[in-house]
Amino acid sequence: MSDADFERIKRLQQERNAQKGLKSFDTAAKATNSAKASLTENFDTAVYGRDGDDKFAGYNKSIAVNGGPDDDDDHEMGDFDDTRRLVGQYTASRAQIDEFANTGRDDDMITSREKQAQIASRESDYQKRRFDRGPLTPTRADPFAENVQNGTRYRDTMASRELEREEARVQKLIADKQTNGELTHKEHKPTLKEDTSDKENAQAGSTVDAASGAGRKRKQRWDIPAADSTPTEDTTKKRSRWDVTAAPDEEAAPSRRSRWDMAPAVGGETPRVAQGLATPAHPSQAGVVSFGTDVSARNAPLSDEDLDFLLPGEKEGYKILEPPPGYEPLRVSVRRTVPTPSAAAGASGYGGFMMQEPETIQALGKQLPTNIPGVGELPFFKPEDMTYFGKLFDGADENDLSVEELKERKIARLLLKVKNGTPSQRKSSLRSLTDSAKAFGAGPLFNQILPLLMEKSLEDQERHLLVKVIDRILWKLSEDVRPYVHRILVVIEPLLIDQDYYARVEGREIISNLAKAAGLATMISTMRPEIDHADEYVRNTTARAFAVVASALGISSLLPFLRAVCRSKKSWHARHTGVKIVQQIAILVGAACLPNLPALIDCIAANLSDEQAKVRTVTSLAIAALAEACSPYGIESFDPILNPLWTGARKQRGKGLAGYLKAIGYIIPLMDEEYANYYTSQIMEIVIREYASADEEMKRICCQVTISINRANGITPMYLREHVVDEFFKAFWVKRTALDRRILRSVVDTTIDLAQKVGGAEIVERLWPHLKEENEPYRKMTVETIEKIIASLGTADFGERLEEHLIDGMLFAFQEQTVEDPVLLNGFGTLVNALGERMKPYFPQVVSTMLFRLGHRTPVCRQQSADLISRTVKTLARCGEDDLVIKLGQVLYEYLGEEYPEVLGSILGALRSIVACVRIDQMQPPIKDLLLRVAPILRNRHEKVQENAIDLVGRIAEFAPTAVGSKEMVRIGWEMTEMLKAHKKGIRRAANNTFGYIAKAIGPSDVLAVLLSQLRVSERQSRVCAAVAIAIVAEACGPFSTLPVLMNEYRTPELNVRTGTLKALSFLTEYIGELSKDYVYALIPLLEDALTDRDQVHRQSSANIISHLGTTLAGLGCEDAMVHLLSLLWPNIFETSPHVIDRVIDAINGIRQSVGTGIIMNYTLAGLFSPARKVRQPYHRIYNLMYVQSADSMIPYYPELGEEFYARPELDVVI
Amino acid sequence: MADKLRAQQQLEQLQARYIGTTHPDTTKFEWTSNIMRDSYASYVGHQPLLHYMAIGYGEPKEKIRAFFLNKMIQPVGKPPEVQE
Repeated sequence: MSDADFERIKRLQQERNAQKGLKSFDTAAKATNSAKASLTENFDTAVYGRDGDDKFAGYNKSIAVNGGPDDDDDHEMGDFDDTRRLVGQYTASRAQIDEFANTGRDDDMITSREKQAQIASRESDYQKRRFDRGPLTPTRADPFAENVQNGTRYRDTMASRELEREEARVQKLIADKQTNGELTHKEHKPTLKEDTSDKENAQAGSTVDAASGAGRKRKQRWDIPAADSTPTEDTTKKRSRWDVTAAPDEEAAPSRRSRWDMAPAVGGETPRVAQGLATPAHPSQAGVVSFGTDVSARNAPLSDEDLDFLLPGEKEGYKILEPPPGYEPLRVSVRRTVPTPSAAAGASGYGGFMMQEPETIQALGKQLPTNIPGVGELPFFKPEDMTYFGKLFDGADENDLSVEELKERKIARLLLKVKNGTPSQRKSSLRSLTDSAKAFGAGPLFNQILPLLMEKSLEDQERHLLVKVIDRILWKLSEDVRPYVHRILVVIEPLLIDQDYYARVEGREIISNLAKAAGLATMISTMRPEIDHADEYVRNTTARAFAVVASALGISSLLPFLRAVCRSKKSWHARHTGVKIVQQIAILVGAACLPNLPALIDCIAANLSDEQAKVRTVTSLAIAALAEACSPYGIESFDPILNPLWTGARKQRGKGLAGYLKAIGYIIPLMDEEYANYYTSQIMEIVIREYASADEEMKRICCQVTISINRANGITPMYLREHVVDEFFKAFWVKRTALDRRILRSVVDTTIDLAQKVGGAEIVERLWPHLKEENEPYRKMTVETIEKIIASLGTADFGERLEEHLIDGMLFAFQEQTVEDPVLLNGFGTLVNALGERMKPYFPQVVSTMLFRLGHRTPVCRQQSADLISRTVKTLARCGEDDLVIKLGQVLYEYLGEEYPEVLGSILGALRSIVACVRIDQMQPPIKDLLLRVAPILRNRHEKVQENAIDLVGRIAEFAPTAVGSKEMVRIGWEMTEMLKAHKKGIRRAANNTFGYIAKAIGPSDVLAVLLSQLRVSERQSRVCAAVAIAIVAEACGPFSTLPVLMNEYRTPELNVRTGTLKALSFLTEYIGELSKDYVYALIPLLEDALTDRDQVHRQSSANIISHLGTTLAGLGCEDAMVHLLSLLWPNIFETSPHVIDRVIDAINGIRQSVGTGIIMNYTLAGLFSPARKVRQPYHRIYNLMYVQSADSMIPYYPELGEEFYARPELDVVI
Repeated sequence: MADKLRAQQQLEQLQARYIGTTHPDTTKFEWTSNIMRDSYASYVGHQPLLHYMAIGYGEPKEKIRAFFLNKMIQPVGKPPEVQE
């Protein structure tokens, strides 16, 4: 090591020491002091000594190879590990762990469903950090309001954030020390010698008291006052016991809140309990306090009188101090006074022995009420709800309550109904909450809603409903929400990183509404303090929220702010968040960021050369996101950053480089071809070098960059063949790739993409050897890739050798599979079909394999084989191997006794494809035998069997109508009526089609008899399907064969039959289209009767028929019939039932198509300005529809209004 | 109730999109203005019709077009005074 290097490292070490305050000699000294040697790092240091104090000195720590807590990639939230290692850790990748973590959850039978429904139980640790932010942050003052209310000012918030950052810094120092083992020996020191203030600080976990022994005067916890002034400062701030009973109406700005007030467990803010929110403890959970065990009186706070009595007063020269400004007593203790002792006594048993009292058992078994006073019966009521809605049970007289309390109760009731109520309760409560939002006021509403949203046992449905409530009231409240913006954001921001897509959308919607209601200035002033928040979680969510605000209020309005943040000199956190906002904007708005692209890039350009590695990385990722979003435009905006990006990519290593590569990879497709060529050849060197990287992330990005460059025309197939393909295969087509699903996907995609450029044969040539690897997932991956390449590029360029190898490899992979996988089935099927006639020499082998596997003992194997037959048999027939097809048919016929329904279904499917491609007279067994064998299978209850069996019957009826007697067919038709009420749509559809084929084969009369009988049954499903089937029969055999039967059937005096007939007619008119021209006049008497019937369904169905007739017969000369029908139809416009009125309006629209606008206009004008509103209303609806659809054709038909103003003399011009 | 609400919302949406649509409380002034404007727009939009009218009036086509366009401003006079 040269002297210069030595000097440099020494200087770096010193800097780091100054920063971290580490004293290595100290640690060594302490370690030797202890009697037992603890096996910590210190031990090493003590034994072996160390000349530097930082063992990582000399290693470049600025590049986070494995990612720090600030992981910038969006897909990898929480995918980090904190420890730095010098050697690689051989363990499952994060993706794998996550994968198994997810699959394992569903299998867990012990976890109750209820638990699974809860959002909190599904969240990752990172997402759970939302609970670290208090439920109710203080309200903010609204500087835009006319009279500024009390609330935290911007300055106060900034100050408190500053404080938090400082605290986090110190906490981190302490944590560092503790991990280094420096604080472990504290308790052996004599406490009396310690400074008392220090001792307290140590308990609060706030001071670096280790430093006190260091001999050097350390900075104190609050670095504002000088060290010597600390004692006096402390006494003034010291908590006095009077504060416990401080008046609750004390409302001071909580700036500079003293740390004394903080509950030790809570991380962020002091949980201030808002006034009126101190809900009583759960009465149900409190249990019954048995006699003599209630110690609450003893634990109750002392009153002022008690204190005056106990302590010396002013006469003795003492003074009662005022509570320090900003101090707020913890109300929690007050709330807990009653339940805590009894719970402790009951649950953990240290309250002494206690006999179980009978009433206690009763109390434990007490059901939670579902009938809430003033609310009514609710579907459910959870114990957690008691916390929030308990006050509804206290039975207070409403007359004694103040207006505020009444309001609060009203809100609570409405919210409870929204959250737990039935849909109708929910609907009406939601509406009344919305309508009276202004009257309730923002404060009381949000004070109740927001804590509910932070409840740990919240479920998806509840969250959705509450979010909906917020959404609705935001609109109504508009600028009244300003003081509560931060509170709402704290609760809503976590939605932005939820796993559930709809939750994210919901969160975005709320935040954008909030931004519109509160205005940009409020949003910025509220979120500004969070931008350099100490907690990464807060910064991340804030960046996402800012992106939403930008998309809601326009990116350009946010630009000045963004520019300032991205250039912040004060903290790199702010710059990091600023760049992240830009990234999120790009992801969120996509191509809509194009107009602001130059400005956005200008914002973040300087950050590419930031001194912080994390900022550089996130900047490159943001650029990648921008380039991806605005592709294929906007290259000129990227010009200024190309150079830094370029030089940066050459300098970087590790994670930083990954981001740079990604950015360049996305920018190159935007470039002109010649530029792209140049940059590509340069970047590919680096990409190819990084192919060999061990980092999964890097590998994925390399794949991504290869794809995007490949698509950018910047690269010739020649270049790819010579430089890329070999390297790519060497690095990625190894067995290890198949283990990680994410890398597998990228490799498969990239390979397919390369194949598009260099040709399928070139790639498949390299792939086939992998088909015979012993690693099954790897074989599968290969098959999948080959399948996709063949599917998109075909096999025209495959040589004979390659063909042989490929078939051989595929057969091997197919036979050797241990778990039957659709991938192999698809792969083989695609290959066979793509090769087509070239498959001929290989078919004997393939067929024998299929036959062998058809008799295999595992059902999945048989099923797969049958599926393969149904896919390949067409090609088999094309190769002229009819004998083989027939042989397969014979074997399959023998296997029809299969007991596994899944397999049977596949066998039937295979038979169907055979029937479709072989000559019927050659079929073995004879088609009649096959049909007779299949008929009983129709009774099988399994859906797959049913569907395939019906399909097979349909095919037989279609291809061999004469092969089977009509009696047999009718019998099968009767069997199939059962299927008309199947749950699966595919079965019903197959049955309907088959009815059509059968009718075509044997004539409509018998089939119609079967179907008409189905109109009489009670299930609606059957009737509807029969109606559809009748229409299909009519379409297949011509309407003249069906219509008379239907019209005759309509005369049956039975409601179901008549409506069924009408329904059949409506499908019929829809299916036969213009053919109905010949039948309109025949239909008119029937329609007249139906339109004048009392029954609504009659009129509805006939209106449906008319709308089909009207639309299909436009211009076919049936206007007289249409006008006649219109006259009968018109009175129905006053129907109120939504189904009926919709059909009627449709019918009028349909008639308008054939008779033109004028006649309808005539009808409409009659009632458009009727004095009765009830009459006007439907007329206006018709008028509007007409106006929307054919406004122009209405012009000639507007009425003459008879006044000079309204005259349209232009229309009277005659030449 | 819900249907009524939905119908109301649909109507509002419709009216936001198409100015000429009506509702039960449309005034004579609104309706007639829309009729006139639609008529003029239609004349101007159909070239053959405009040509025909121009010949009938014995004026150049462009002049008639400008005339029609100008007529679209307050086609039925000033809006009625709003009564308090």
